[in-house]
Amino acid sequence: MQASTLRAGGRSTLERPPLARLPDRALKYGLTALAAAILALIVYFFFRLVGEARPAFAKFGVLGFTFGQDWNVSAEQFGALPMLLGTLLTSGLALLIGVPVAVATALYATELCPARLRSPVTVLIELLAAVPSVVYGLWGIFYLAPKLQSPEQWIADRLSFIPFVGGGLVTIPNIFNAGLILAIMILPIVSAISREVMSTVPADHKEAALGLGATRWEMIRLAVLPYCRGGIVGGAMLGLGRAIGETIAVTILIGGATQMPTHLFAQGNSLAAVIANEFGEAEGLHRSALFAAGLVLFVLTLFVNAIARVIVLRAERVHAPQGAAQDPRGPGPPALAGTPGL
Amino acid sequence: MDALDPTATARARLARHSLSAARRRRDGLARGTILGGTILALIPLALIVYYLLAKGLGSWSWSFFTTDPTGNTFFKSSSIGGVKSAIVGTIEIVTLASVISIPIGIGVALWLIEYGRGSWFAHTVRFFIDVLTGVPSIIFGLFVYIALIVGTGSTYAGYKGSIALALLMLPVVTRSAEVILLLVPGSLREAALALGAPRWKVIWSVVLPTALPGLATGILLAIARAAGETAPLLFTAGATFKTNTNLSQFMNSLPVQIYNDVTSPTNAVVNRAWGAALTLVAMILVLNIIARLIARRSRLA
Repeated sequence: MQASTLRAGGRSTLERPPLARLPDRALKYGLTALAAAILALIVYFFFRLVGEARPAFAKFGVLGFTFGQDWNVSAEQFGALPMLLGTLLTSGLALLIGVPVAVATALYATELCPARLRSPVTVLIELLAAVPSVVYGLWGIFYLAPKLQSPEQWIADRLSFIPFVGGGLVTIPNIFNAGLILAIMILPIVSAISREVMSTVPADHKEAALGLGATRWEMIRLAVLPYCRGGIVGGAMLGLGRAIGETIAVTILIGGATQMPTHLFAQGNSLAAVIANEFGEAEGLHRSALFAAGLVLFVLTLFVNAIARVIVLRAERVHAPQGAAQDPRGPGPPALAGTPGL
Repeated sequence: MDALDPTATARARLARHSLSAARRRRDGLARGTILGGTILALIPLALIVYYLLAKGLGSWSWSFFTTDPTGNTFFKSSSIGGVKSAIVGTIEIVTLASVISIPIGIGVALWLIEYGRGSWFAHTVRFFIDVLTGVPSIIFGLFVYIALIVGTGSTYAGYKGSIALALLMLPVVTRSAEVILLLVPGSLREAALALGAPRWKVIWSVVLPTALPGLATGILLAIARAAGETAPLLFTAGATFKTNTNLSQFMNSLPVQIYNDVTSPTNAVVNRAWGAALTLVAMILVLNIIARLIARRSRLA
């Protein structure tokens, strides 16, 4: 900078007077404070939740509560294992059924389908995400579950030699139905993430496979799937996070029994469902136990989501084309990188 | 279809001869499975839409939208009333939730893109926003219950439901706004800065207007998601029959009304749930369609 633009005090004449710089400062610090406030709020909520759950944890112990088998409101005995099992069973079923179907839809939309069908198929799958949880519950309990009762009974009778699957009496709300509705509900997100990853497979890889005489399926198996494995696993984990936290549809379809689940087609419960079912009338230790169930659920989803994000991020970072700023988590728009903070 | 096209016939014949039967069979089988999976995924959608229309349209009537539900469900099934209070409640709760979460969400996104960028603090904020995205919706209800009801001596209220929904919307709004703000070309910002505009003016008159359509899309999708949520409202807004405009009282909403009606043994009440579900899905669908139309007209992305 030239000496002539400097006043005696060393301030440039081009610089704004202090008063005019005020709005900028205010905006910058205001927004920073806002971001900090969000952080503080989340931390505050977490500690208050721990505080509310403490009486239950103090009475039964953290492990004793989480893995206790009895949930008996009148005897003031609370163990969350039946709910934890219900949550894990339903979301496991959701993955088992939902992920292969979701990957199939993604493969169809990116590799097999005629160009003019691509966008309708995608939009229809995404529509599944627009249906509210309570509507899935309504449809599930009045249509899906009654229609499935006799086929399920048939399967339970035939497979009676497999413990936990066969042999029992099929009820209309049951664990399997809750898992099935969750499979439908996680379909859109798993499909969307798989599709995104599949669209990053370089055309050369696919053309190379086809050029060597591979069939479509061989091309998918050799060029597309290995390339996308990380992304699909990450998408499935995000779907798992959704399934674990899903409340209302599961509450309606799982029945609400608080005993240990006896078989797949019996009524059960989940961590989220027990809160929705019982919180309204809960008092004292019972309420604390429900907060504790909420905390277990919270920690479980945090854990699953953290793993999912790491996997998706890694998959995207490995495969992102050189130089393209696809990842919003990147260091910011390249053109701005050199601009000094004003 | 292409039987008359000689090259296609030739190509097909060539393909048939150059592939072993086993490979061709496996290819066909795999393609069939993939197509089958896609059709399987669309069956529930078709069934849900069909049942919503079949059952929901039947219970739609003028009085369905203009009367409040009544508690009188066991004896006179004709007098159960409609869902007016639920529709009004949903609109009120979601509007307040949007008023809270949109400025905060966009503010945080602006800070992340315009000021925070690569700093460790920005990474922390982003991490926590990601954490919020994964929090089950019922946990937001518990958070608000702990913060605003436990120990305050007060009870459920519409505005508490709004706060729970605002927490749910916040990460969605922030994330989508961040992606859109990142797409605003740096050259636009630099041009404005070079003309001597202060930073706040650059944000207000250059960055935000450019990003507006994209921001609107993200916001509408967040609103659509919040409108369908039941779990955060159960222990924050409660449920009631009467239409009320006072956000500090118990407030009805469509999802909670449906949830309460599902467990009813009375057919007429269940039919009211179908009608309410169709109403809710129609509202969400309209928001989604508007969001897509705006996204299509956006100059970014």
